[in-house]
Amino acid sequence: MSEVPAVRNVPTSNADLFLSFNWLALQGFGGVLAVVQRELVEKKKWLTLEEFVEDWSIAQILPGPNVINLALMIGGKHFGWRGALSALAGVLLVPTILVIVIASAIAGVGDTQAMQGALRGMGAVSAGLIMATGIKMLPALKTNPMGLMTCVVLAIVTFLAVAVMRLPLSWVLLTLGPIASIWAWRCISRNESA
Amino acid sequence: MSITLNFQDWVSLFLHFVSLSLLAVGGAITTAPDIHRYLVDEQHWLTHYQFTSSVAIAQGAPGPNVMFVALMGWNVGMNAAAGMSPTPTMLYAVMLALLGVLVTMVGIIVPSATLTFFSTQWAHKNRDLKGVRAFKAGLAPLVMSLLVATGWLLTGNHDNYLEDWPMWALAAVTTVIVWRTQTHLLVLLSVGAVLGMLKII
Repeated sequence: MSEVPAVRNVPTSNADLFLSFNWLALQGFGGVLAVVQRELVEKKKWLTLEEFVEDWSIAQILPGPNVINLALMIGGKHFGWRGALSALAGVLLVPTILVIVIASAIAGVGDTQAMQGALRGMGAVSAGLIMATGIKMLPALKTNPMGLMTCVVLAIVTFLAVAVMRLPLSWVLLTLGPIASIWAWRCISRNESA
Repeated sequence: MSITLNFQDWVSLFLHFVSLSLLAVGGAITTAPDIHRYLVDEQHWLTHYQFTSSVAIAQGAPGPNVMFVALMGWNVGMNAAAGMSPTPTMLYAVMLALLGVLVTMVGIIVPSATLTFFSTQWAHKNRDLKGVRAFKAGLAPLVMSLLVATGWLLTGNHDNYLEDWPMWALAAVTTVIVWRTQTHLLVLLSVGAVLGMLKII
């Protein structure tokens, strides 16, 4: 499909990994996926788009923050555990300092009614953002081997267990996760034999 | 808020985040409901206000949203300092708060990071394996639903729907805007902050 020769670059050193992931994390206001794609695929060309989609889906499935998983994967691929640690430090170090400074500054002007109101408003917005992130995944369920209906049922059961019954996350994931995976296994087997 | 934390409490705090680390499928934010249950409802180490503002500040600041965990650790440490008598110096309080950051962040990151590092090579080589595909497909609807549930739980106190309805309306409108448009998140957060300051919500 692509006749254009793909230009490929690689991170040059652990310092390069640290600085690149630091820059990436500092641009990530909520919508990190778009930033990651622009920086690593379009600008730095460390990954082709296909590699990026593959790596990103693995980063999402594994437990842990997606960007951190991606940093560990890319750092590890090029410079082993040292690379993984450099990229991890890049993602975490400066943002941690920054977020503490911001929170302390807010605590300093502190418990004024206006500040409490502002945080309340921002809280409602960030809740909406998280819900939207989940809803945006709906189209991907259409191609799920279990079928859309089963997926919707699983999603509703998960929601009821976590949001309404307030069951501990570990119970919910450790019971529903294996059930769903085994069901998916059966559906994949049936599709393949059909 | 002032609380008392002994050595065992710090260990339990660490172990709770360790136990959540491997369950954070779909990002650290999906563990937020469980962190709320543990820190706010069960242990009373953090107020609901401290909880929601930690999430809000972490979302508004640059960086991955796992930063909300660092802020909660910071707040637990500060609360512990406030509960000491005689009142510790500011430096001591900051050290305690940094201990909170370290305990919670190491707990939430190290187990999942170790797993990621060692399993990605394997998963990448075996991405066509039926087991890998079944695991991905099975977890997909759960991950989606957990995100929606997290947003739902973060929206309000869930004790007072009548009084909190403007919060719900704002969260619902934001959901639709983020879902349907490319509006920058900082714009939305600013609008939320202004609406809150003006006491509209």
